[in-house]
Amino acid sequence: MLGLTKKDFALLLVVTALALFAPFILNPFPEGSGMAQFNAGYPDLMQRFAIFGIFAIGFNILFGLTGYLSFGHAAFLGVGSYAAIWMMKLLTDNILPAMLLSVVIAGLFSLVVGYISLRRSGIYFAILTLAFAQMSYALAYSVLTPITGGETGLQLKLNDPRILDAALAPGERANANLFGLDMTASHELYFGAWQFTFNAGYYIAAACLILAFYLSIRIFRSPFGMMLRAIKSNNTRMTYTGLNARPYALAAFVISGMYAGLAGGLMVAMDTQVGPERMFWTASGEVVLMTILGGAGTLIGPVLGSGVIKYMENIISKINGSILHEWFSWMPDGLEDALVTLIYPFVGKGWHLTLGIVFMLVVIFLPGGLVEGGQRIGRMFRRNGGASRAAKDIAEQRNPAE
Amino acid sequence: MSKSNFTRRGLLKTSAVAGAGLALPTYLRAQEGGFTNAPDGDTVTLGFNVPQSGPYADEGADELRAYELAVEHLNGGGDGGMMQTFSSDALQGNGIMGKKVEFVTGDTQTKSDAARASAKSMIEKDGAIMITGGSSSGVAVAVQALCQEAGIIFMAGLTHSNDTTGKDKKANGFRHFFNSWMSGAALAPVLAGEYGKDRKAYHLTADYNWGYTTEDAMRKETEAMGWETVNAVKTPLTQTDFSSYIAPVLQSGADVLILNHYGGNMVNSLTNAVQFGLREKTVNGKQFEIIVPLYSELMARGAGKNISGILGSQNWDWKLENEKGDRYKGTNAFVQSFGEKYGFPPSQAAQTCYVQTLLYADAVERAGSFNPCAVVEALEGYEFDGLGNGPTLYRAADHQCFKDVVVVRGKENPENEFDLVEIVEVTPAEKVTYEPDIPEFEGTLGECNPGA
Repeated sequence: MLGLTKKDFALLLVVTALALFAPFILNPFPEGSGMAQFNAGYPDLMQRFAIFGIFAIGFNILFGLTGYLSFGHAAFLGVGSYAAIWMMKLLTDNILPAMLLSVVIAGLFSLVVGYISLRRSGIYFAILTLAFAQMSYALAYSVLTPITGGETGLQLKLNDPRILDAALAPGERANANLFGLDMTASHELYFGAWQFTFNAGYYIAAACLILAFYLSIRIFRSPFGMMLRAIKSNNTRMTYTGLNARPYALAAFVISGMYAGLAGGLMVAMDTQVGPERMFWTASGEVVLMTILGGAGTLIGPVLGSGVIKYMENIISKINGSILHEWFSWMPDGLEDALVTLIYPFVGKGWHLTLGIVFMLVVIFLPGGLVEGGQRIGRMFRRNGGASRAAKDIAEQRNPAE
Repeated sequence: MSKSNFTRRGLLKTSAVAGAGLALPTYLRAQEGGFTNAPDGDTVTLGFNVPQSGPYADEGADELRAYELAVEHLNGGGDGGMMQTFSSDALQGNGIMGKKVEFVTGDTQTKSDAARASAKSMIEKDGAIMITGGSSSGVAVAVQALCQEAGIIFMAGLTHSNDTTGKDKKANGFRHFFNSWMSGAALAPVLAGEYGKDRKAYHLTADYNWGYTTEDAMRKETEAMGWETVNAVKTPLTQTDFSSYIAPVLQSGADVLILNHYGGNMVNSLTNAVQFGLREKTVNGKQFEIIVPLYSELMARGAGKNISGILGSQNWDWKLENEKGDRYKGTNAFVQSFGEKYGFPPSQAAQTCYVQTLLYADAVERAGSFNPCAVVEALEGYEFDGLGNGPTLYRAADHQCFKDVVVVRGKENPENEFDLVEIVEVTPAEKVTYEPDIPEFEGTLGECNPGA
């Protein structure tokens, strides 16, 4: 269906279902209970899951298929964001033109960066892209302050031109919308003690995620995707057979840059502001982590990886000392304090530490990322002749490592 | 494809979906009170959004201490701190409007995106009615804009750039801390008195918004009193070694170096400048001087004895009441309860955060409502005293506090690590007041937004 094999279509259906029912899935604990701390079903975080999912899917098309490790992908996300916010400031608050422009501009920018960087491969390619990203960051932070707003960034203002929109009534604010549908509009559903929030912005981001995921499946399964895998497995042999691999790599680079641009545009659509630190090298590193954590070269891995990282960043980082004390207050005093001291370095601002440990564990024990973990568990439950089938699954999902 | 198999699982699924559909209208609930996060239980949640990691983590930690102390005092715990000296007696120590104050914390990482994500989760998930904090202007401006959109009150913490209540001011945002313009205006007369009116100044400026506005303010004020600006050089924010920037200062014929730096930048550039022996030099027959427009205790600690004799400005200092008298009452009450709880005196970041929390609570009490628009009305044009800065006005036109500015100098022989600066002078509020519509502060406040 939709030009997909049965298995891929099932995967697409799973992702679609996850995206559509995210408000339920992410809010499993009733409001006001102690576990409500772990609920992630509020609009901002759900939007982030979708946006960074798109970003990681795009990155995976480059890194997972061709093996070119770009350390500067955040630059495309940032450029897309700046393009989107300027579109919303100058033209209209409707997010469609903003998102279109962000994809186009990020595509053009990645064409330039890719054209230069792809002359080298391996570590030199990574360093070149990193240099470009840091350059963009520095430019946005200070040199280009009139365009980028410098450290303070850009936001929508009351006195922006917005030539296509009607003038604002007094007291009215400029809101990102899709033909009048406000991105912040939410519908809350109460179900006993449970609360579920359905946010307009999230569903638009989720629709983009599903579309992005579908496109990525098509690319993975196309002859073009096969060519990209060939680049990864043996570029030299490709050259000897008379094929010029660079245009293919460049195409993959531009496609993944456009994905990043779409993610950047969506970020602005959901939250109308841009700051330069979006392009900082740590942001580029984050998407590499997401992809490897989930499973590079697999279809769903990057989405899982970005979900895990964003969950930790937003949920684990908010557990502070007093919450820990509340949790363990039923214990005897000495034990409570000891346990809190033991756990405290790993929560709150220490979430980076927890993430680091998880990442290490995954890389050491599950080189194929979370997807491999899932497959191993699946294999355990599928005894009857499952072993060979599971091996085949892995071979289908992952590329042979060199 | 029409194959209808009745299975137990299928039936359960269908009935669950049908049940949810039926329950939908019953459980629809509009926000009560007509504004975002109207508190409906017997508690009210405040969001403390401070940098817990990154370059300003120390300041963030001190801000958090102050917030926790403020919550304790609002709920009637401790000795009440500045609530005893505050000119308004609306606060009773029974929470805010009888609701117990609770709080959530978040890490801004000194990045606008992270700060907004953290603030959004406070608003959307934890139901915070007010957000406060920040140790950088970029973050403050970003979170203030977010609060404006969401219909939440933002009480800025430490943010010194003009833009927070200038070009980026917002109706839902309020700033108690002073700004670059005020630093310039407060320092100029002291500089004229100490170093004379015929000086040649050389600026090193951190290459970002706060640096620009501070350099601008310092140039304007010093040039107005007769100083000449020889050169102004921008330094990258990530610079750690400033030697290559200091060397040309000696050749330029300047006799004053103004370091528009903050945090680690300032510690490093000042240390380099002192190591180059600038302070022992005599240029144009005058002693060479160094000025740091914005001082902070934590930076002074970092720079160690290099800070001695260097002039700068502060929003507040913990010795203010002892040295400058009763006008600054509240200072000692705050220092005492902070010291008792944590064992050392509070920084100016802690003071501004503590005061902002009290001011918000007081405004809610006086307005009789948590509605942001009612709070805005209660704070606009509000004159108060007894919070450590002397008589203060929250100006309606830009939501900026106007109060005295402290000019300080690094001590020659500090007695301990908390007593690093001496108060040179306190510049009265009317000297640092400006018209709200001067070009540096052009912006639109907009109208208050109560949200949904």
